[in-house]
Amino acid sequence: MDEILKIEHLNKKFDDLTVLEDISLEVKKGEVVVVVGPSGCGKSTFLRCINGLETIQDGKILLDGETVNPPLGNIKNYREKIGMVFQSYDLFPHKTIIENLMLAPLKVQKRNKVEVRKEAEELLEKVGLSSKKDNYPRQLSGGQKQRVAIVRALIMHPEVLLFDEVTAALDPEMVREVLDVIMELARQNRTMLIVTHEMAFAKAVADRVIFMDGGVIVEDTDPKSFFENPATERAKKFLSTFEYNE
Amino acid sequence: MDVEVIKSYLPNFIKAFFLTIKIGWIGIALAFIIGIVCAFILYFKVPVFSGFVKGYVELFRNTPLLVQLFFIYYGLPAIGVKIPAELCGILGLGLLGGSYMAESFRSGLEAVPVIQTESALSLGMTRRQLFIYVILPQAFSISVPAIVANIIFLLKETSVFSAISLMDLMFTAKDYIGLYYNTFESLFLLVIFYIVMLLPVSFAGSIIERKCSF
Ligand SMILES: Nc1ncnc2c1ncn2[C@@H]1O[C@H](COP(=O)(O)OP(=O)(O)OP(=O)(O)O)[C@@H](O)[C@H]1O
Ligand SMILES: [Mg+2]
Repeated sequence: MDEILKIEHLNKKFDDLTVLEDISLEVKKGEVVVVVGPSGCGKSTFLRCINGLETIQDGKILLDGETVNPPLGNIKNYREKIGMVFQSYDLFPHKTIIENLMLAPLKVQKRNKVEVRKEAEELLEKVGLSSKKDNYPRQLSGGQKQRVAIVRALIMHPEVLLFDEVTAALDPEMVREVLDVIMELARQNRTMLIVTHEMAFAKAVADRVIFMDGGVIVEDTDPKSFFENPATERAKKFLSTFEYNE
Repeated sequence: MDVEVIKSYLPNFIKAFFLTIKIGWIGIALAFIIGIVCAFILYFKVPVFSGFVKGYVELFRNTPLLVQLFFIYYGLPAIGVKIPAELCGILGLGLLGGSYMAESFRSGLEAVPVIQTESALSLGMTRRQLFIYVILPQAFSISVPAIVANIIFLLKETSVFSAISLMDLMFTAKDYIGLYYNTFESLFLLVIFYIVMLLPVSFAGSIIERKCSF
């Protein structure tokens, strides 16, 4: 059993609106799963359910074989093992970059300050932001902030990383620097669930592609088949929206 | 303007100045405490209490301080509670200020974006850690301009204390005008002392506002 994350028959409703319907998915350790689908199909909600930011109406979420969603499990004890980066820059504006990185390891994991600082500095170095460690978030560009947000998730040593359209709010010239960081994480065999509208990136980074539409998983396949030879009409139609024909 | 007159009035004005400052700042400190407690009750929607707090805030924000002071100073003795004038001023200012501070703190707390809560939770923070390390510091920074405005407003409101025979600046000025008709000198001193009281606050306020913005 080398699957790290397992979702069984997940159902999510907002009042009467069913947003996710009978979603089942197994993610293996080290696997990079890219989730694509039209706007409003439930991708963000799906990631938020995994992280316990949304309560689910039915189904199970298991991490390392343990149920994490209420009533059987308590997501709070698992959240630090699931890192999440959002679309909007969500750094803590009243803290410097290094403080942003150190807060949760110190307070949540009660780790040693010297060791945490050292790791924070090393990680910043890796994403090319050493010089910014004493700056405040407002002094950074969008792309820089997103790289810090990724590092802030990484420093918790999560078992699974969730990315929700982390480049969607960025200026085009900054998209690349953020995607490169994620690509590097894929090379390190991190387990990741990535929601993105960047199809070229999806193709390059994915071990597996999930295509969602209307709250259900329509295709679950390898990137080559999905992008070159989609099985369903819905996927074909979705992919055609990314082509540009005069 | 007669400099000799001003000189002879000065000692009493200085006394009144310190009395006004004393009552003003103790009242503001009380307002701070009341405001924070009430804002927390409203923010966490504490059952029963939040209803009372809402009623209190509306009542005190929508009645003049003068009326509130009359109630405390003349009304309470009628039911057997006698309070000295100074304490009365402090209480009045504290209660009025508390209602304003509560609103300022509450809107500061509520102005912190939801995404801040979500990212803190997704990092594994508890509700308590989230509140202490993420929400509170940001809410405070957001509230600072409103709090500074409240403080200045409350210091200005001290000018109605003369109505409950506190020997504050206004009382002293009125007294001299009534006794000797040296209207100009009295008003001059009154304005000067209020400016001396308020200018440093405005000044310090804008420095704190700058320091606290991120
Ligand atoms: N808090 C909420 N309350 C009610 N409905 C919601 C809420 N959040 C999302 N929805 C609805 O759930 C559906 C799925 O939304 P979701 O944000 O998951 O879509 P998405 O696939 O991430 O879209 P996008 O690509 O635009 O980000 C949408 O119809 C949306 O209107
Ligand atoms: Mg989304």
